[in-house]
Amino acid sequence: MTRLACILGREFRLAQRHGMDSVLVVVFFVLAVVLFPFGVGPEPNILARIAAGVLWVAALFATMLGLERLFQADYEDGSLELLMLTPLPLEGVVLAKVAAHWLTTGLPLLIAAPLLAAILNMNVAGFLVLILALLLGTPTLSLIGTVGAALVLGSRRGGILLSLLVLPLYIPVLIFGVSAVDAAIGGFGVRAQLLILGAFLLASLALCPWAAAAALRQALE
Amino acid sequence: MTDSIAAFFAMGGYAFYVWPSLGLTAVVMVGLLWSSWRGLRSAEGTLESLRAAPTPQGTEASGRPE
Amino acid sequence: MHRFANPNRFMQISGALLPWTAASTVLLVAAGLYLGLFRAPPDYQQGESVRIMYVHVPTSWMAMFCYTFLAGSAAVGLIWKHPLADLSAKAAAPIGACFTLLALATGSLWGKPMWGTWWEWDARLTSVLVLFFLYLGYIALVNAFDDPTRGVRAGSILALVGFVNVPIIKFSVDWWNTLHQPASVFRMDGPTIHTSMLIPLLLMGVGFTTYFFWVWMLRVRTEIVAGKIRAHRRRQVQRAPVDFAGDGRAVSTEG
Repeated sequence: MTRLACILGREFRLAQRHGMDSVLVVVFFVLAVVLFPFGVGPEPNILARIAAGVLWVAALFATMLGLERLFQADYEDGSLELLMLTPLPLEGVVLAKVAAHWLTTGLPLLIAAPLLAAILNMNVAGFLVLILALLLGTPTLSLIGTVGAALVLGSRRGGILLSLLVLPLYIPVLIFGVSAVDAAIGGFGVRAQLLILGAFLLASLALCPWAAAAALRQALE
Repeated sequence: MTDSIAAFFAMGGYAFYVWPSLGLTAVVMVGLLWSSWRGLRSAEGTLESLRAAPTPQGTEASGRPE
Repeated sequence: MHRFANPNRFMQISGALLPWTAASTVLLVAAGLYLGLFRAPPDYQQGESVRIMYVHVPTSWMAMFCYTFLAGSAAVGLIWKHPLADLSAKAAAPIGACFTLLALATGSLWGKPMWGTWWEWDARLTSVLVLFFLYLGYIALVNAFDDPTRGVRAGSILALVGFVNVPIIKFSVDWWNTLHQPASVFRMDGPTIHTSMLIPLLLMGVGFTTYFFWVWMLRVRTEIVAGKIRAHRRRQVQRAPVDFAGDGRAVSTEG
């Protein structure tokens, strides 16, 4: 456990030093959301109708931005090979990376989301559920994204390829995330959607570290 | 006779949808088959010429990876 | 399993089977088309547009079949490290992508006269569209590496991740679709399908399957030959080491 804590500590310190990255992610998120009133017009009713969808899609894109760098630096300077040689299983290293990614990407999105929801005139009833759904959904996005990042290591055009791979896999999270918020706004129950999002999270926690580790081993062969 | 041939081509008014569907399917499937066949032929040809050629001595060698 | 692990064995067997799969494909598809277009009756609800069914349904079946085959090959490659398994997956992908594209296109051409719209965000259409993107992602990933071996191995992991996701997508899109109820959709299955329609449909299905194996064998053979070419070139470079002359040309340093 202490080894995992060590790796986690390393990731957090690295993330802290590159604090700018979190800021950039949030700025992108805000920009992406702000584009929509310009695109579809400022009429409050329309914005309220599309708010949940816009926020989730923007969150998806913002999450994807940070994925390319996840393993790249370590891959290039050889740290990844050293990490592979530690007694800690590679899956543990992956989990540490995911945790750091979420803290620098998912958590800031979570904080920025209510403000942006207000800008989009989203119905107040949806705010709490939005946060809950993002809380369950963004770690899943980080987990799935980590598999993608590991797969494209060393490829040409890693960034755009990563998007192509990861976005179809994000679709279920998107669907239930938006559904939860819309259900809350409509006064319906949200338990089912949140439970399913939770199920996705648990399943990703079980499967993604394994898949990402397998992909990393391929990359380092 | 010509009447029924015309009727066949008209497909009960749906000709605009039926024939492009069948046509597109045929084009794509034949195209994929032809492209795969061509790829195999070309690869076999390259292998043949590599096996037939003597080991290069002092000749320009391609440095590009496969 | 190990009997078939030898690529040369595959070359032998596929070489013998190729003419048979080719002949079967041509005969089955021809029979299916003949029965479907000339002998089967028009549908009492949809009229002659039902003829599209004889390509739309088989291509849809094949779209699913190819992905299952791809994922199965990927699993064999990752679990048992069978040398041909990854190549099998790579060969299957473009075929599956083409079938998926055809399923979408013929479905759209069938949907316009029947449903009044070229596209509908219903669960089945949407999940087939996502399946198409999964195929494209796999093909892109496999071709994104300079080292082809690395490409197919990465692709195999992706294929399995995607395979787990396919039922999830199907389920979630189903849910999404029932929550936001779209305009009403005509049901495709009027009366249970009659034998005169079922037989050509099955003939087309089997014919498309033999087509798949025909093209798949050609593509796996191509991959095996490509591997031999690479090995040959590597040996060439080792046997005749090269250096760079003053003007940047690579020249052999032997002799």
